[in-house]
Amino acid sequence: MPAVKKTVDSVEALERYQHGFITSVDQEFAPKGLSADIVRFISAKKQEPEWMLEWRLAAYERWLAMDEPDWAKVNYPKIDYQDSYYYAAPKEKIGPMSLDEVDPEILATYAKLGIPLREQEVLAGVQGAPKYAVDAVFDSVSVVTTFKKELAAVGVIFCSFSEAVREHPELVKKYLGTVVPASDNYFACLNSAVFSDGSFVYVPPGVRCPMELSTYFRINAAESGQFERTLIIADKGAYVSYLEGCTAPMRDENQLHAAVVELVTLDDAEIKYSTVQNWYPGDPETGKGGIYNFVTKRADCRGDRSKVSWTQVETGSAITWKYPSCVLRGKDSVGEFYSIAITNGRQQADTGTKMIHLGEGTRSRIISKGISAGRSSNTYRGLVSAHPKAKGARNFTQCDSLLIGKTCAAHTVPYIEARNGQSVFEHEATTTRLSDDQLFYVMQRGLSQEEAVQLLVNGFVKDVLQELPMEFAVEAQKLVAISLEGSVG
Amino acid sequence: MLSIKNLHARVEAAEILKGLSLELPAGEVHAIMGPNGAGKSTLSYVLTGRQGYEVTDGTATLDGEDLLSLEANERAARGVFLSFQYPLEIPGVPAMTFLRTAMNAQHKARGEPEISATDFLKRAREVAGQLKMDFDMLKRPLNVGFSGGEKKRMEIFQMAMLSPRLLILDETDSGLDIDALKIVADGVNALRSPDRAMLVITHYQRLLDYIRPDKVHVLAAGRIAATGGPELAHELEREGYDKYARAA
Repeated sequence: MPAVKKTVDSVEALERYQHGFITSVDQEFAPKGLSADIVRFISAKKQEPEWMLEWRLAAYERWLAMDEPDWAKVNYPKIDYQDSYYYAAPKEKIGPMSLDEVDPEILATYAKLGIPLREQEVLAGVQGAPKYAVDAVFDSVSVVTTFKKELAAVGVIFCSFSEAVREHPELVKKYLGTVVPASDNYFACLNSAVFSDGSFVYVPPGVRCPMELSTYFRINAAESGQFERTLIIADKGAYVSYLEGCTAPMRDENQLHAAVVELVTLDDAEIKYSTVQNWYPGDPETGKGGIYNFVTKRADCRGDRSKVSWTQVETGSAITWKYPSCVLRGKDSVGEFYSIAITNGRQQADTGTKMIHLGEGTRSRIISKGISAGRSSNTYRGLVSAHPKAKGARNFTQCDSLLIGKTCAAHTVPYIEARNGQSVFEHEATTTRLSDDQLFYVMQRGLSQEEAVQLLVNGFVKDVLQELPMEFAVEAQKLVAISLEGSVG
Repeated sequence: MLSIKNLHARVEAAEILKGLSLELPAGEVHAIMGPNGAGKSTLSYVLTGRQGYEVTDGTATLDGEDLLSLEANERAARGVFLSFQYPLEIPGVPAMTFLRTAMNAQHKARGEPEISATDFLKRAREVAGQLKMDFDMLKRPLNVGFSGGEKKRMEIFQMAMLSPRLLILDETDSGLDIDALKIVADGVNALRSPDRAMLVITHYQRLLDYIRPDKVHVLAAGRIAATGGPELAHELEREGYDKYARAA
């Protein structure tokens, strides 16, 4: 039997997706379907003030009048928005809890996923092990947020979004919807109406956040969507690094994940936002099940010399529709986008970024590495634009696609709009196929076929991996390897 | 060491090797010479397990063990090394990382302990020195942007580091100027030992002035058409391959 066939067979025998288990926990749901009453139900569950409910209802009205976008290079059957639960939560009290109050099943889930929720365990961990704070979101609610006290000591607010609405309404009111308006697009609008939970971060002027912050999203309930909302504000001269991770059980039905992330940086502030997205991708053979990841992420570099850096490792989801963007408003502000998007099996990804240069001397950099295997389709879609006032704007874009096998597809769709004569935009793109020659060369030196693919792919994505916070880069590298197991053949 | 009997191999529909037999004892260096298209490179790929080369008949054994049923990496772990005619570029992977990964994969396959970073580095410096290589070259992605000569030198560097038993050199002289050729040949000669065997595939006699073979085989039309001593290479240089190509 030829080596390739053998490898494919042996790998197919393995269970590829390692986070596909289901947690059995007492949950409560809103009635199925979507209506103004459901919006009221969610708001009431979260004990929200009146202004928040009104904001949601206004978004819901707008949403009813909107059409689902169809311009992305992805195919899926029409979504029945009435056939899903918009609120699913473990039966717990509302509001922040101590770990002792959290359902042990949920704690066990996070332990299984390797997410540290016990501060003392993180602290007692291996010498030199990364210390980072976690906000754990389970379906529609945040179950626990760690290291809040330590962060509060330096003035950093890190809590669930629901808590922020109750405890810091002035900040939420001031910034919510100012980067991604409720009516921005179909999915963002839906999110604005029914968003459940997510993280809120505020870093006060001049403060460098003393640890990595992270949110871990887990979809558990069946037939439910997750609509989280994240808002991060770095005030003047502040710095924060934030990481988002996500997984879901293996289920036969498609589940919608329509999140909104808003970032705001004021003068001289910097946010580094990293994502390791590993939602269940669906069955690799039939394409059945998997998450529809329709997400709006945008940063507003409002302040002069401010900076936002997006780094994403996208390996999961049946369909990914996502363009983390930067509005470079402040003078000399900087936007960066580093992306690794891997599709295998029947996955479809249409992802990229928008760098909108509004201010003078703004700079942006895009490094995108797309890897397609199996029967998947992987599209990079990006916009770089310069406003007439954005004199001296600069962009460098590099888009590389790697094809593994002969049944996958890669597309690059760059849009460039320079509306002044003093901008310099550079775009480089390559598409290569992982060659049999390279594979043989590496195997001749002693690596097995799987190891050879890993080595070559890691070389391909290295520029982006090194942008991830060190402690997550290793994890991401492993994930890349797992996602591509059995992809040669 | 290497024993090939009645080897037949095809690439897609075309039969390239048509009953090739060869005995290469440990400690010896044999040259394989022949016209273009005679099957020289095919022989090297069949021996090292490249996909797409189908063996239809015959055997090839290394110290009695069947080579043909093993995967490419398993053959590598048993000490089979091919110095490529056209070494591949591996973007994003520094030469050092590549080689250390390869070395450890081979050690693991043989049940030997991993080589420590310090030992590896020490040895790499030594070997790079012998081959008059700039050590910084090893920190660059393997072969990316290297000249033809640099690539060949890197092949010999890897060969010396991995310390194989059966060394196959495929057109190692191509792309080398005379100085580089001497350095590479010195590197290869340094690896000659009683428990190693070498198969030197070349189109020209030039390389054999520096790497002196014990025997020279003429490969024509898929089989060994003649075998002789080093003087055979000179005769081929003078008279060409016509006689063998016709006879085949």
